[in-house]
Amino acid sequence: MIPRHLLIGVAVMLALVLGMSVYAWRMRRGATPTPEPAAYARPVAPPVQGPTEQVTLYVAYDDPGTLRAQGARIALPAGRQERAEELLRALIDIYLDKSSPHPLGQGSEIRNVYLVDPGLAVIDTNAAFSDTHRSGVLVEELTVASLTETLSANIPGINRVKILVDGRTRDTLAGHTDLTGFFDVSQMNQLVGQLQQ
Amino acid sequence: MRWSKRDGAGERRLGGWLLSILFLASAFLVTGAPPEKQISIYSKAANYSLPVIEHGQDYVGLFEILEPLGTVRIKSEGSKWKLRYNDVDSEFTNDKKQAKVKGREIDLPANFVLEEGRGLVPLASLSTLLPRFLGGPVTFHENSRRLFVGDVAVHFTAQISKDAAGSGLVMNFTVPVNPSISTEPGKLRMVFNHEALVAPGSQTLTFDSATIPSAGYTEDNGAAKIEVTGTVPLFASFSNDGKTITISAPSPATGQAPAVQAPAAPSLPATPAETTPPAAAGARRYFAVLDASHGGQERGAALSDQLSEKDVTLALARRLRQELGGRGLTTLLIRDGDFTLTPDQRANLANSAHPAIYICLHATSQGSGIRLYTAMVPAVAQGRGPFLDWDTAQSPFLSLSQVAATNISAEFGRRQLPVRVLIASLRPLNNIIAPAVGVEVAPPAEGVSSLTLPAYQDLVAVSIAAGIVDVRDKLEAGR
Repeated sequence: MIPRHLLIGVAVMLALVLGMSVYAWRMRRGATPTPEPAAYARPVAPPVQGPTEQVTLYVAYDDPGTLRAQGARIALPAGRQERAEELLRALIDIYLDKSSPHPLGQGSEIRNVYLVDPGLAVIDTNAAFSDTHRSGVLVEELTVASLTETLSANIPGINRVKILVDGRTRDTLAGHTDLTGFFDVSQMNQLVGQLQQ
Repeated sequence: MRWSKRDGAGERRLGGWLLSILFLASAFLVTGAPPEKQISIYSKAANYSLPVIEHGQDYVGLFEILEPLGTVRIKSEGSKWKLRYNDVDSEFTNDKKQAKVKGREIDLPANFVLEEGRGLVPLASLSTLLPRFLGGPVTFHENSRRLFVGDVAVHFTAQISKDAAGSGLVMNFTVPVNPSISTEPGKLRMVFNHEALVAPGSQTLTFDSATIPSAGYTEDNGAAKIEVTGTVPLFASFSNDGKTITISAPSPATGQAPAVQAPAAPSLPATPAETTPPAAAGARRYFAVLDASHGGQERGAALSDQLSEKDVTLALARRLRQELGGRGLTTLLIRDGDFTLTPDQRANLANSAHPAIYICLHATSQGSGIRLYTAMVPAVAQGRGPFLDWDTAQSPFLSLSQVAATNISAEFGRRQLPVRVLIASLRPLNNIIAPAVGVEVAPPAEGVSSLTLPAYQDLVAVSIAAGIVDVRDKLEAGR
C-alpha cells in the first residue's frame, strides 16, 4: 500500500511538471533565435616557447622522504602569474612521469596560480590532484612543501600560499595535511630544511 | 538560441509561482514522510531488520523473514504462492486468509497478499505461522515489532558502582553489545538495533545517585532503547569485550592525577556532540590524551586491501594507553571505538581534559620507521588578551611539544627504530592547548602487515611511553 502523503505528493509533482511544460512551451514559442557566434572566441594561451630559463624545482623523493633542490631549464612566459603556473606544471610533469620519485595520480593538474598582493599565491589544483593523492602525513607534506617551496624560491615576494582544489577550499589534501589555512613560507622553509636532512 | 522576451512579466510570475509550489511540494515529501516502519528479527543465525509494508495493516515478506534462517524456495502459480523452507512446504493464496503449512490448514488474521511475486503475510500472523516453519517457539513483541526466534534474549543488569574514580552506572549485558549512543542535556540514550535486548524486571530503574537518578527501557520500531537520566553530562565507556557499559559523570578535579589508572580505562565520550564535551568544568584531569586518528566513515589511508589506518591507530592507541597506565599515568582515549570525529571535536575533547600531553596517532604504508610531528604554528601566540586564536592555540605550548618529541625520538633511537622529527600542518595539533605530538607509524622493513604485529606495536608504545615519562616533570610543570 502506497502511503497517502506519497500519492498526494506525486500527484502534485505531476501537475507541476505538466504546468512547467506548458509554461516552457509558451516561452519557447515566443522566443526568437539569435545567431550563434561564428566560433568559440575565448582566447587561448599559446604554448610556451622561446628561450629557456634556469629555475630551481624542489622535488620530493618518497624514498627516503626528502625534498631535493633540482636545477632545470624550462621555457617561461613573461607574466609573473603565468611563470608561476608553468613552474608548477613542470614540477607536476616530473611527478606524473613513469620514473617519478613521488608519484601523483593520473590526471593531476595545476589549473591556475593566482598571485595576490601582498605576497599571497593561490594554487588551484584540479580534483584529481587531491582525489588520487596517496594518503599519509609525510607523503602529503612532501607534495605541499614541494609546491610552495618551488613557487617561493622562483617567484620573489611570496609570503603565503593557499592551495585550492577545483577552485574551492578542501579540508585536507588526502586525509592529513590541512588545506583550510594558508601556508606561511617561513614555516615551510623550516619544514623544507627538515625534509632536506 | 536565446530566449527573447515577449509578454514577459506575467509569464515570469507564473513560472515563479510554479517553482515555489514545486519547492513546497518537494519539502512536504521530504519532511512529511514518517520514519520507515521496520521489524527486527533476532535469531541464533542472524539478527536483521526488514521493512514493514502497509496494506490496511502491517505486512512483511515471508521469504525475506525466512531466508536468513535456512534454505528457502518459492514458486508462484497464478494466485497460488508456494514456499518451501528447509523441508517444510507451505501454500498461500492471494487475497485469502486460509493457508497450508506442513499439510495443516492455518487461518491468517488477514488476507495473504501476493505483490509482484512477493508473498506478504500480516505481522499479526507471525507468532502462529513461524513456529510451524521453524519447529520451535518464537516470541513476538508486536507493538515494537521485535521478533525473537528461540532463546536469544539478551539481558542486562544495572547498578551504581562507586570506586576511586567516582560513581557510575555499570550495565552488564549477557553478550557484547554495540548500541548507537547519543546525548542531549540531562540524558544519554543508547539504541540497540541489532541486539535482542529485553526489558529488565521494571522498565524504569531508579538509583541512589545524585548524578544518575534513573534509567528507562523502551522498545519501538524494531529497536530497544535505554535512556539514562543524569544531572550532569554523562559518558559511556565500554569494557569486558563490550559486555559492560559504564555510564559516568566527570568527577571533580583533584588537582593531582591518581597514581594508578582506574580499571575499565577505555573512556569513550558518548558522542562528540558539542553539547557534551567530555571534561567540562570540574572534570577529572588526565595526564595524557591519546587520539587514534580517523575512525567511522573516515577510514584514513588504505594501508592494504583489508587494513585501514583507523584500525591500526586504534590498536596502537589502546596499546599505548596500557603502557602509560602501567607507568602510573592516567590516560584518556578520545576514540575508543569506530566512529567519526572532526578535528574540532577532537581538539575540544582534548582541551577539555587539560592534559599534560596530547598524542595523536597515524599509520602509513609509505616508507618505514617513525615520524614525530609538532604543529606548524608560529612560536609566538596570536591570541588577544585571555583568548587564544583557535588556529594557533598550540603556539604557547610549542617549545614543550618539541621537548616531548625530542625525548620520544631519543627513545625510538635507543630501540633502533628509525625516527624523524618534523613540523606538520596536521590538525588538530595546532588547536591543542597542551604539549602536542603527532606520531606517524610506518612499517619496519618487513612490510605493511607488520604494522599489526603485537611485537611492533609494543615496541612503538613502549618507546612513546618511555619518552613521555622522561619529561613527565616538565610536562606537569607546564600545566
